[in-house]
Amino acid sequence: MKFSVTVTLKKDVLDPQGKVVEQTLKNMGMSALKGIRQGKYFIIEINEKDDVKAKAEVNSMCKKLLVNTIIEDFEILKL
Amino acid sequence: MNSSVIVFPGSNCDRDIARALEKSNFRNKMVWHKDNELPKSDLVVIPGGFSYGDYLRSGAIAAKSNILHEVIKAAKKGCLILGICNGFQILIEAGLLQGALLRNQNLKFLSKDVCLKVVNNKNKFCNKYKKNELIKLNIAHNEGNFFTDERHLKILEDKDLIAFKYCNTNGDIDKDSNPNGSINNIAGILNDEKNILGMMPHPERMVDSIISNQDGIKLFNSLLN
Repeated sequence: MKFSVTVTLKKDVLDPQGKVVEQTLKNMGMSALKGIRQGKYFIIEINEKDDVKAKAEVNSMCKKLLVNTIIEDFEILKL
Repeated sequence: MNSSVIVFPGSNCDRDIARALEKSNFRNKMVWHKDNELPKSDLVVIPGGFSYGDYLRSGAIAAKSNILHEVIKAAKKGCLILGICNGFQILIEAGLLQGALLRNQNLKFLSKDVCLKVVNNKNKFCNKYKKNELIKLNIAHNEGNFFTDERHLKILEDKDLIAFKYCNTNGDIDKDSNPNGSINNIAGILNDEKNILGMMPHPERMVDSIISNQDGIKLFNSLLN
């Protein structure tokens, strides 16, 4: 079973990389751009047939290592 | 006094620290990250560098290494723990200190000497400094922008858990003297029990007047006091 995990900085945490990318795109003329937050993306394969159990496993991986929950939010999606 | 310096793949300040400790007459041992036993230590130093290539987040992988389990156990028993630069990042990732170290606000790797104020000298790490003494130490980091929530920041300020703040040569703590954007100009913090210090600047680089200054020596000598 495959999952994706997207990790982004919480909205109150300054994201300097995102800001620079945002400013650059604006300088390039992308005037409709409202905002950018940069993050990380993981694809995770799990040896488990049960949806709920597999997702719980991924959730635990996020909390224990992949995500610093003090500054980052994460979203798990089944692929 | 017995000290241990933890060595990870990618550590690069470990020998500088060993030399600084030996200069202050510590009996020092180097301890490999895969070891499951910590030698008898009054002080454990987690050095700077790029442990595990800074993969995932700076310090995140090192915080889960074998030896860190032992360091955490020792810390809970009151052993003195000093984390410098990447070592500070590792202490935070290991949960021994709170907060987070974000990328420098200007997105640049900073390598320069900065002025610091010793905000709290009533702890095992800073007792040889005078309160509000100005010192110059070197910084060399990309993720040193200390951040924490308002509740924790208030605790740090109220309980006097901030050891060092960035300042200018007059001692003013302001935005212009803040190299990396850290909240309240924080350069180093203590835990509640004050047996753990995490700091971004490198005291071990300032122990020899031939190559720098000697402003770092007092930190190592404080530990002997």
